[in-house]
Formats: sequence, C-alpha cells, structure tokens
Amino acid sequence: MASYLFVRLGQAVLVLLGIVFLTFFLAFIVPADPARMIAGQSATVETVQRIRHELGLDQPLGAQFWRYLRQVARGDLGRSYAQKVEVAALLRSRFPATVQLMAAGILCELLIGLPAGILAAVRRDTWLDRSVMVGAFLGVSAPQFAVGLLLLYLVAFRFALLPLGGYGSLAHVILPALTLGIAGGGWYARVMRSAMVEVLSQDFVRTARAKGLPPAQVVSRHALKNAVLPIVTMVGLDFGTFMGGVVVVESVFGWPGIGQLAWQAIQIVDIPVILGVVIFSAIAIVTGNVLADLAYPWLDPKIRYQ
Amino acid sequence: MMRRACVMLLAVVLLLPAMALSQGAKGAVVIAFKDDISTLDPAIGYDWQNWSIIKSLFDGLMDYEPGTTTLVPHLAESYTISSDGRTYTFKIRRGVKFTNGREVTAADFKYSLERTLHPKTQSPGAGFFGGIRGAKAFQDGKTKEVTGITAVDPQTLRITLDEANAAFLHTMAINFSHVVPREEVEKAGADFGHKPVGSGAFRLKEWVLGQRLVLERNPDYFLKDRPRAAEIVIQVGVEPSVALLRFQRGEVDILGDGIPPARFVQVMADANLKGLVVTGEQLQTGYVTINTQVKPFTDVRVRRALNMAIDKTKIVRIINNRASPASQVLPPRMPGYDRAYKGYAYDPAAARRLLAEAGYRNGFSTVLYANNTDPNPRIAQAIQADLRKIGVRADLKTLAQSTVIEAGGTRGRAPLIWSGGMAWIADYPDPNNFYWPILSCAARGPGSWNWAWYCNQKAEQMAKAADAMVRADQAAARAERFQAMYRLVMADAPWIPIFNERRFTMRSARLSGSAAIFVDPIHIPVHYDEVGLK
Repeated sequence: MASYLFVRLGQAVLVLLGIVFLTFFLAFIVPADPARMIAGQSATVETVQRIRHELGLDQPLGAQFWRYLRQVARGDLGRSYAQKVEVAALLRSRFPATVQLMAAGILCELLIGLPAGILAAVRRDTWLDRSVMVGAFLGVSAPQFAVGLLLLYLVAFRFALLPLGGYGSLAHVILPALTLGIAGGGWYARVMRSAMVEVLSQDFVRTARAKGLPPAQVVSRHALKNAVLPIVTMVGLDFGTFMGGVVVVESVFGWPGIGQLAWQAIQIVDIPVILGVVIFSAIAIVTGNVLADLAYPWLDPKIRYQ
Repeated sequence: MMRRACVMLLAVVLLLPAMALSQGAKGAVVIAFKDDISTLDPAIGYDWQNWSIIKSLFDGLMDYEPGTTTLVPHLAESYTISSDGRTYTFKIRRGVKFTNGREVTAADFKYSLERTLHPKTQSPGAGFFGGIRGAKAFQDGKTKEVTGITAVDPQTLRITLDEANAAFLHTMAINFSHVVPREEVEKAGADFGHKPVGSGAFRLKEWVLGQRLVLERNPDYFLKDRPRAAEIVIQVGVEPSVALLRFQRGEVDILGDGIPPARFVQVMADANLKGLVVTGEQLQTGYVTINTQVKPFTDVRVRRALNMAIDKTKIVRIINNRASPASQVLPPRMPGYDRAYKGYAYDPAAARRLLAEAGYRNGFSTVLYANNTDPNPRIAQAIQADLRKIGVRADLKTLAQSTVIEAGGTRGRAPLIWSGGMAWIADYPDPNNFYWPILSCAARGPGSWNWAWYCNQKAEQMAKAADAMVRADQAAARAERFQAMYRLVMADAPWIPIFNERRFTMRSARLSGSAAIFVDPIHIPVHYDEVGLK
C-alpha cells in the first residue's frame, strides 16, 4: 500500500512537471504579448518594453522557465499580471466555491445516474429502459449553457424558488449542481446500466434469486456492490475535472470557481494565473485518480495493489 | 426518522431562497458585471470597468463636470499657465483628506506622478507624462526624482513640460495622475490595488474576489453633498442575460455590461423596460485600419476605394442600430468633430473605377483580421461581402483579442483589421487623443496601436502646432487646426471609419440622478458619485 502510494506520487510529480513544461511553452507560442495586454491602448512602445523588462519577459525562454520552476518549488506561484495579486491568493479565494460545486455536482450525478441506470438494467428491454436511455442521451447531449439558462429562467425567475445565480448559500448551489448532474447523470446511467446488466446475468445473482431473496435485495445487497466499480472510476475523474473548473456552468450561474478564473486569465494572457490553474487542476486530477484507485480494493477485495 | 430528515431538508431548501434574496443591501445601488474587477490602483487600472470605480476612490487635480466633457479644477483650487505654455502651477485645496485622515499636499501629487512614471510600477499610463521635464531621465534611472515636478509648498505644485501641450490638463484628470498616500502604498506594497486608500467620494468597504466589491461613502469627502449613495455594491461573475433577469426582479439597479445583445430587440420592444433605458453618445469610433505599408494599400487610391465600398448603415443595422455611421476619425461628441465634413460616400461603382485606375481592374486578395467575440465576426463578414462587390477578396481571420492586437502591432502582418471589440475609446476628451497613440508617426512601430502603420509628417506638424495652443482663448482655433489635420488624414485614408457606438444604459426606477450621468462620456457604466436612491 505504502509503496504503491510512493510510486503513484512519483508518477504524479513527473506528470505535473510535464504539464507545467507544456503549458509554459504553449503560453509563449501563442502570438500574444502579455506586456502589451497590460500596457493597454495608449501605452507607448517604450512603456510596453519597460513592462516587458520588469516582468522578465525579455529574457530567453529557457531562463524564464527555469526561474518559474525554482519559484514553484518554493511554493510561490507568482503574481497575476493583470490583478497584481498572488496567484495562490486567487486560487485560495476560488477554492471553497470549487469544492462545493464539485461535491454537489457529483452528488447530483449519482442521484440521477445510479437509480436511472439500475432501473433501466432491471427493467431491461422494456419501455422504461428505453425511456431512461433516451433521457440519458438527451442529458448528455444538451449543451450545459442551454440547460443552465433554462433552469435559471424557470426555477429562479419564473417561479422564484431559488436565487438567480450567485454564491453564498446552499440554495445557490442547487441549480448549477443540477445542471452538472443532468449532463453527468446521463453518462452515469449508461455506464451503470451496462455494468448492472452484466452483473445480473452472473451465477451468484442467480443463486441469490434461487434462495428466494426479494428482487430489491438481490440488487442492493449483491449486484450493486459488484457493478459500482466503473462508477468509482468516473467519480474519480469527475473529481479532477470539476476541481479544475467547469467554465460554462460557472459562467452561467456566476459561480466564483476556478473555471471562471481560468477563463478570464486566458482572455488577457495572464500567464502566471493560467499556469497556476493548470498546476492546480493537474494536482486535482491526479488526486482524483489515486483516490479512485484506493477505493477499488475496499469495494472489491479481489483487487490488490502491486 | 428518514422521513423527518427529508422534511427538514426540504424546509431548509425552501427557506434558503428567501434568506438569499434578503441578502441584497437595501440602501445600496447594485451593479452587476460579468468579469471580475482587476485592480483599483490608479497607476495601474486601465480597463473600462475599473476606470470609473478608481475615479470614485481617488481624486485628481482636474475633473469633468458630471455627464459632460467640460474640464474643471477638482483638488486644484486654481491653476496658472506660464506664457510659453510649459509651466503649470496648481493651488491645491486646503482640508482635503485621504481616508486614513491625513491631509493631501503637493508632495503627495509629486510622489504619485513619480510612482506612475517609475518602471517598477509597470503603469500603462506612464506614457501620458513622458512630456514632463526630466521624466525620461527618471525612468532611465539617471535621476532620483522628476525635475519638472516641484512641490513648492504644501499647497502649491509646479509642473514644467518639455514642450507646450494643450491636452496636459486632461492628463491631470486621468486616473494615472490621481493622488495616493505614500505611507499606505508602502504599507500595502504590491497589494495596494486591492487595499486602495485615496481621497475620493467612496472608500473600499469589502472586496470578496470573484464575488463582490462594496464601496461605502467617505464621510470626510471634501464635496459635502457627494456621493449621493451611501453604498455601491458591485457584483461580479454575473452573465449579462442573468443580470437582466435579476434586474427585472429588482435585485440589480444597473447592468454593468449593458443590455445583452441577444435581448436588445426584446427589451426595446417592451414599453416598461424601454422606459428604463438611457441613451447617449460615447467617445468611441469603430474603424477598419488599412495597412499603408502593405501592397496594394500603399496606393492611396486603393485605400480611398475601400472607404467608398462599405455600406455603413447596413452594418449599423446588424448591431440593432446601437451606433451611428461614422464619417471621420473623431466621434461626434469630441471637441474638434467636423460637422461640415461628410467623408467618403457609399459608392461601389466609383470605388471600382478608382481600383481600375490604380491598376486593379480585377480586384485583389487580402486578409481582414477581427476579434472573435460577437458581434465582431458578423460585422467583419458584412465588410467582407461589401469588399467582394468591388472585387476585393478578403479572407477573414477572426481571432482572440490579444492575437489581433499582436498582429496589428507587427510590421507587415495585418493588411486590414476591424477594430471592434478592441475599439478606441478616448482616454480623455481631447482631439489629440485620437491622433498621437493610433495615427501618429511617433507611435508607428512594432507593438504600437498605429495598426495602419500610417505616418504623414505634415499632419504630425499640424498636430504639434495645435497642441502648442494652450491658452483658453485659443480653444476654438485649436479645434479648427485639428479639423484641418483630420481632413488631411482622411484624404490619406488609413482608416475606414465605420460607426460611433451609442450607449444604452439600463437603470432601475429606484435610482435618482440626471439622465446624463448614466451615459457619462468619462464614467462607464455610471458616474458612481452622482447616482443615488430615490
């Protein structure tokens, strides 16, 4: 277990290094000059050059990368070009909202996806199965922007049941989480259905049925635990993806998460913020995967770390 | 047990909205923006969003009468100009205090200007003060202070310029010259932009990154009846279409980003909503730059032909008539706007003849760059279609703003650029502001905003001569000089002026203040000091 974790952490560091390297160079390949974006429209060429010099952007790329790496190793992610604030402070300010939406989003996905998938599997090849699968397909393919705005309009504006976007209370998180849940829940339902169909055809399920267990117990006690493994993988992936920010949903609902920060930084080529968000997201994705890996043997004792 | 928990949860969920709705401050004016506020440091902040907020937190020697472009003394009680137009002496008001309680003196202005000029500050506004004597030596690290700025006594500030500049007083009204207290800047360090301390009508009460910014009235403000609102709440991260819904429900007073384009027609068709919209001109021109260094645009006849080829009224229709067709460089509200000048009339047949005369009977191929945010690609397509009618085949490159800016500032890269989404909004209401940074020989070079790469030495001399006319009684003659200069520029046709955008500000019925402050040419979206609650 400990050696497994050690190896995974080592891999994670390598992955992070690779990602920082790629992002850093991609940011410099983009034909846009951060100094000019900061300098604005009336700045003289001289002012732009002075800003470029102050930011160290006139140094060779290799030197800049090396300086950045040393800085990151000291735990310093630098300062935003545009906001002149520590990138770490910006990330910290977005962290609570990001975690909240991630947790609520995954909860909604599970609440929608698992019952739908189980129901479809148990009532396989009936109208219920087909309806659930069509619903799942619609959920997956509907643009989140449209779903979000529709929910806002109906639930928050027309019936005034929930706040019109924003952040601050449990009521604020319901609609953005539901928007994520509708899209993700569709995937979960499809995966859950196929896993469950496979498990339900296995011998131990037939045995359980044969000894007279009610169908509900067969599913909840025996089949579910065996069918849930792929779902754990998906939750692990979603953990990383959602922690990295869900730009569209955050924009529609005015949710102050990492995605919004990233989007604004990309528009003005705020390289330190872009790199900070990438590092943060990469750590989240790696963490999500490791957590999913750790959950497997707990769910299925046949799986062991090697 | 389970059922009881469910009932409790449902009750909480149902009660929460009521709690959330009551969070909106009752005595505050609420404004919603899509993007976060970047910085409130007056030496650094330079976007349309933080520009007006900074103006309400800090003060300059000069300012504008609310809702107008009329320049008036502000923290300066009075000023005198030397006969050669190079030395300005300001008398500073007594008793004006920073919100930390200390009185503002001439030394604070000297410190603030030197701070803006210092390379370490990375101020985008440093260039505005490059004409102060000794500024260059100071920026190059050759001197410890700017010799042209002297605090004669606590109430007297003297500024000497290298050359006379009629627009200098305007630069004393822009944010980059606003006064900051040294001790607070040094205490906050690089975080001053997030912990601003000034002498303005408001002070910062709260700033939650990514969520909201709250300004509260400065009780010691030197103008006793200002600001009119006790508090301004600026919500950020609000999608414009959601902001409109909040507005309709009475949770937002002003749409910071304006009426969402997709809802504009609907809003203007609704009598109730339309009644809440204030319309006004702004100091903006949307234009296409024609790169005068790229063939075949080196030939003035080709540039003129392009000017005749564009149907501007059609383009104005594309943006739901939120603009007026432009005939010249300056917008109508700018001093020096030439009402007699009609520009190039839309005449594709004449344009084709001119092209044939220049040797392009069968037209030619070129590239048109544009910003990729709506409605700019649609506008660029309309321009492309009009050019096609005279035989000019323009490939469209719709790209991110920063990439277009980079292309514009790179020699020989972008033949044509539609400026929308990056368009020129004046820093101050003086005709020279549309010349020096974007059309002058002085600005032409890599990384500049002179995307036409235009230079006419005669125009340059005329602008310089006009800028030397600093006396108040020369204002009319100076405006005429600029009119002549801009006519010369238009004859060279480095731009196709397309339209002058109009502002449509939506404000709730509970707000008070004259209509002019909601379309103030300097303050966007509203003059915060002047807006109040009924």
